[in-house]
Amino acid sequence: MGRTLAIDRIRCDGHGLCAELVPERITLDDWGFPIIAGGAVPIELLDNVRRAVDACPVLALRLRAEAGALVSRSATAPRPGA
Amino acid sequence: MELTSGPPWRAGAESLAAHRQRLGGLPSTAGPALIAELDESRLLGRGGAGFLTGRKWRAVAERANGGAMVLVNGAEGEPLSAKDRSLLTARPHLVIDGALLAARAVAAQDVLFYVGRDHHAALLALRRALAERPTDTAERVRVIEAPARYVAGEETAAVHFVTAGDARPLATPPRPFERGIGGRPTLVQNVETLARAALVARGRHGDTGLVTLSGAVHRSGVQEIAFESTLGEVVAATGAGVPSPAQAVLLGGYFGAWVAPDDVWALPLDPHSLRARGLAFGCGVVHLLAADACGVEATSRIMARLASESARQCGPCLFGLSAIAAASHRLATRAPEASDLERLHRWSGQLSGRGACKHPDGAVGLLRSALDLFAPDFAAHQRRRCVGAVAELGVA
Repeated sequence: MGRTLAIDRIRCDGHGLCAELVPERITLDDWGFPIIAGGAVPIELLDNVRRAVDACPVLALRLRAEAGALVSRSATAPRPGA
Repeated sequence: MELTSGPPWRAGAESLAAHRQRLGGLPSTAGPALIAELDESRLLGRGGAGFLTGRKWRAVAERANGGAMVLVNGAEGEPLSAKDRSLLTARPHLVIDGALLAARAVAAQDVLFYVGRDHHAALLALRRALAERPTDTAERVRVIEAPARYVAGEETAAVHFVTAGDARPLATPPRPFERGIGGRPTLVQNVETLARAALVARGRHGDTGLVTLSGAVHRSGVQEIAFESTLGEVVAATGAGVPSPAQAVLLGGYFGAWVAPDDVWALPLDPHSLRARGLAFGCGVVHLLAADACGVEATSRIMARLASESARQCGPCLFGLSAIAAASHRLATRAPEASDLERLHRWSGQLSGRGACKHPDGAVGLLRSALDLFAPDFAAHQRRRCVGAVAELGVA
């Protein structure tokens, strides 16, 4: 099953680590905020994408199964609505 | 049967007694049957998104488990729209009926009215109308004054304000129909949609919509239009035609689009016809730009407003709209930087879908339509000239 990279746009502060780790999928706009390619993450990039999810200083990235169910989120992220 | 049937709106709020005499009491239809009636009517939401109402009620009802809530959205932060406050002022009992029917359909005990805090006449009419209702109704209902901000009417912002006093949109998912106020499934519905639902439940629904006319028209204000009417017919109905031919029409709202009058003058103003042309009815805003006005200036003012109304939570919106507003302003005042027009084109392609809510999408949608329709004007302004009807020599 494919995985997609989802971002919490409110948490994102434009640190840009994600674009450094996965330049194939993520570029930065004029203000340093990520533009993320849509669709499933190619298998060969999954490791780097997981690193990006873990490296984000504000825990803004999440990996989801293609149907939208959560696959991986940094363990210390508070649950939405909590 | 229309929303403007009955006593004229300028006469003020219709009392409960008059409302019941004219339309009968609240229908006793059970929830599932109400939803089926809405499905059959194909009533579309009138807050701007145009979603099928029956489908929305069902989505909340399916998740309700007795803990759902109804939020009646009368925030109306769109500057060019006045329909919701006018409707609440004149027909508060229709809106209350619609809210009670919605509460029955989703098995909600609590109903919240979320009304713009500057909409004094609407708030007064609503509170008076609620006081006319029996105590068991009044006990379930709360009136909450929405902040006078553009995004305060966005459904997650409304939920956020009620839950935490903060009218900024939330990241989704989850959407309010799944988890809203206090984590409970919440039906957020526009006041006009609810009033029409109250007519549908009485078997009295017509194919009409409320629009707010403004700009180069003889008489601006809220009108109820039959959806088969064309824009030309609607504008003609405001008086003896238009003062002068319009050069552009803003359809939908600040999150809508500028269109050429020729493209829409003979087009029925209904959501389906508009959608087939790639346009949107939005919240029914119809604003005509006079022939002697400047499309670049008008667009620049809208961009400035939208930038100032950003909730400032998401970088692309905060920085992107601010940059767009600045470049638009420089172009409008014919003092642009060399790449301002090129930047507007680039940024207008970069911001959609990159905020927590659709505010940046609406802004760049409007901008793209302006760059298209007013292309000669933007090109002239980049060369420090204006080709509006009031043409002037450019300043070197």
